[in-house]
Amino acid sequence: MAATHHESDRTDSDRPESDGSESDRPAPRRPRAARGLGDRIFRLQLTATGVVVLAIMAAVGLFLLLRAAQALRATGFSFLTTAEWQPDVHHFGIAAVLSGTVLIAAVAVALSVPLAVGTALFISDVAPRPLRRTLVTMVDLMAAVPSVVYGLWGLFFLQQHVIGLSRWLSDWFGWIPLFTVDGTQPGEPLASESVYTASTFVAGIVVALMVAPIQCSVMREVFTQAPAGEREGAYALGATRWGMIRSVVLPYGKGGIIGGTMLGLGRALGETIAVYLIISPVFVIQPHILQTGSNSVSSLIALHYGDASTFGMSALMAAGLALFLLTLAVNFTASSIVARSRSGAQSEA
Amino acid sequence: MTVVEETTTAPVEAPAAPEAAELPDRPRRIGGPTRSGVLSLTGAAVSGFCLTVLLFGELAPFSGVLGFTVTAYLAFLAVYAVLTGLEENGQAVRDRVMTVVLWTAATLLFSGLALVVGFTAWRGREALPHGNFFTQDMQASGPLDPLTHGGILHAMLGSLIMITIALAITVPLGLTCAVYLNQIPGRFSRFVRTIVEAMTALPSIVAGLMVYATWILILGMQKSGLAAAFAISVMMLPIVIRAADVVLRLVPGNLTEAAEALGAPRWRTVWHVVLPTARSGLATAVILGTARGIGETSPVLLTAGFTAALNADPTSGPMISLPLAVFNFVKSPQPTMIARGFGAAAVLMALVLVLFAIARVIGGRGPGHQTRRQARRTARASRRDTARFAELHAPGLTLFEADPQVAPFDRPTGSATDEDPGQKPGETH
Repeated sequence: MAATHHESDRTDSDRPESDGSESDRPAPRRPRAARGLGDRIFRLQLTATGVVVLAIMAAVGLFLLLRAAQALRATGFSFLTTAEWQPDVHHFGIAAVLSGTVLIAAVAVALSVPLAVGTALFISDVAPRPLRRTLVTMVDLMAAVPSVVYGLWGLFFLQQHVIGLSRWLSDWFGWIPLFTVDGTQPGEPLASESVYTASTFVAGIVVALMVAPIQCSVMREVFTQAPAGEREGAYALGATRWGMIRSVVLPYGKGGIIGGTMLGLGRALGETIAVYLIISPVFVIQPHILQTGSNSVSSLIALHYGDASTFGMSALMAAGLALFLLTLAVNFTASSIVARSRSGAQSEA
Repeated sequence: MTVVEETTTAPVEAPAAPEAAELPDRPRRIGGPTRSGVLSLTGAAVSGFCLTVLLFGELAPFSGVLGFTVTAYLAFLAVYAVLTGLEENGQAVRDRVMTVVLWTAATLLFSGLALVVGFTAWRGREALPHGNFFTQDMQASGPLDPLTHGGILHAMLGSLIMITIALAITVPLGLTCAVYLNQIPGRFSRFVRTIVEAMTALPSIVAGLMVYATWILILGMQKSGLAAAFAISVMMLPIVIRAADVVLRLVPGNLTEAAEALGAPRWRTVWHVVLPTARSGLATAVILGTARGIGETSPVLLTAGFTAALNADPTSGPMISLPLAVFNFVKSPQPTMIARGFGAAAVLMALVLVLFAIARVIGGRGPGHQTRRQARRTARASRRDTARFAELHAPGLTLFEADPQVAPFDRPTGSATDEDPGQKPGETH
């Protein structure tokens, strides 16, 4: 880390914040004069690439905004409060889809974070040493499994097997508004099973399994970076392993936990295919997570892009823009939390 | 991190031993199975199970497999805590119980993931044994045709073409941008890095929408493989840049400093030292990006259109990729189509698995570590350089203090055995 800064001090912008530069302050060479034509071209080319990449990234937001402007101008503020989606009669909004997206992501994160934290701690501190590398590889591999595979599993396997759990939850916790299912009474065995399928809960479970490896791999990376000296200090003071984890690893890895959670949240918010395959779309705000029917922004786009008119497409772009801004906000928060905390790459110096 | 072993070697006595001064230095056990631990674990498991059987069968009106499992697990934890508490203090009890809980969390996650992968592979067994599944497209086969008709050749070819184009865009652009982030620090590159990091979790459907908005709506192009490749590129680019950036940061500073000290311009340092050193890590970054890109459905869904026929031309006509084919197959109610969908998903998964395995094999080594062949190649290049240097400075130049008469002949053999990749030929003096 510090070494790359050393040589970076040779560039023309000799900025003070590059740390560890004191060691080569008395450098006798004047590198500025030594730079030749090749290097100037090289720097120019690199900077140009940076600009191009930035332009591509900016273009994503810009063109979405451009295309969405028509729809946004037509609805104004009611775009955020309308639940229906009938763009051709200019009556549409993202209240239902956005709340569905957030609910699915919330269910996913609530289920995946305990699993991810536990697994990350397991890999970094508990697992038998020879096993650890394999487990790390497996987690990384799982993070690369295509989302459509998770969708298939949710649709053809989980859907039937989760009914019992959903029924149990709604029977015992139906008094909590979140777990209410309309049309059923507690303990009624004859209630139709179909009210429990295609729900936010099922989609949330699938997305949870999808994002858990991503969260786990971020957290594990941070946990393994917890300073060995502090770990041994805790052990030397007589701490048990769990005591060490609680007093050293978890406080050190707090930023990693939050960052990993947010990263998974960003991924969960944007998930399209797995959610699309599972839920049956409804255009009302559906706060009952166990009940059939839900919606999300990305599955709305996937559902309607084919038959949309020009104005309908603009409306979809507006929905996409909302999703984009939401994930961007989540990601920025995540990366700033990770960067500011003690954990992460910055701490190794 | 390897310092904390299962049994630390630090000379710490067991805290409970009163005659600690007389005892020899014995490492304190941290974790790991002990005899009483295993015994109480087994006992707790058995008694938890029995307690739950009793509860479900005789005492309470409970039912259901899931409820049984959860109750049994909780009973097991409680009994285990009590059993451990008989001979240990509170801290140790908490430690033991939490160890079990962490084991459970990991087991749950891994078994869940194994279930996902195994289920897909299992359901794919119907379609995969048919050879025509890999050699035909779906043009002549309807939903009602048996599995011996039609296949996913068109989707495999489409995936291949799209990912090739996407790689042709993202590899040069992504790697150059990563080099930029590392080599030219400053406010602007920090800004680019922040944006790129925020974009790594860009919803894939937004990438598809963006290309749809620009390429298809504004420029008036058709839905095609090229458009899909663009969408995949937009999605892959931040992932590749971020992974490559992390790898490039790991290049040891003394290597680049050595190059600079030899007077190499910056571009030569990057080209001959930084990039070759990080080669395996960069390959991993690219392959992981590829695995993500090849498995994404939604950008392709918006931009590629749909076709059942083989189309090898990415610039015109709709094209289909493997994940999109899976998606379209399973939307059909026909069992054969669903079987095809699972077959295609299994193929896709196998593809990702292979890519991942390659990435592991290449990227398993840290920066600067080479295979034997690479090391031989480096040694050869090094020998050539030495000979060239010697020839260059042969006519009595004092830049190299060695005797000009002997230098060209005995130095090459001297450095031939030297296989250290970090050592530059000039440093042998």
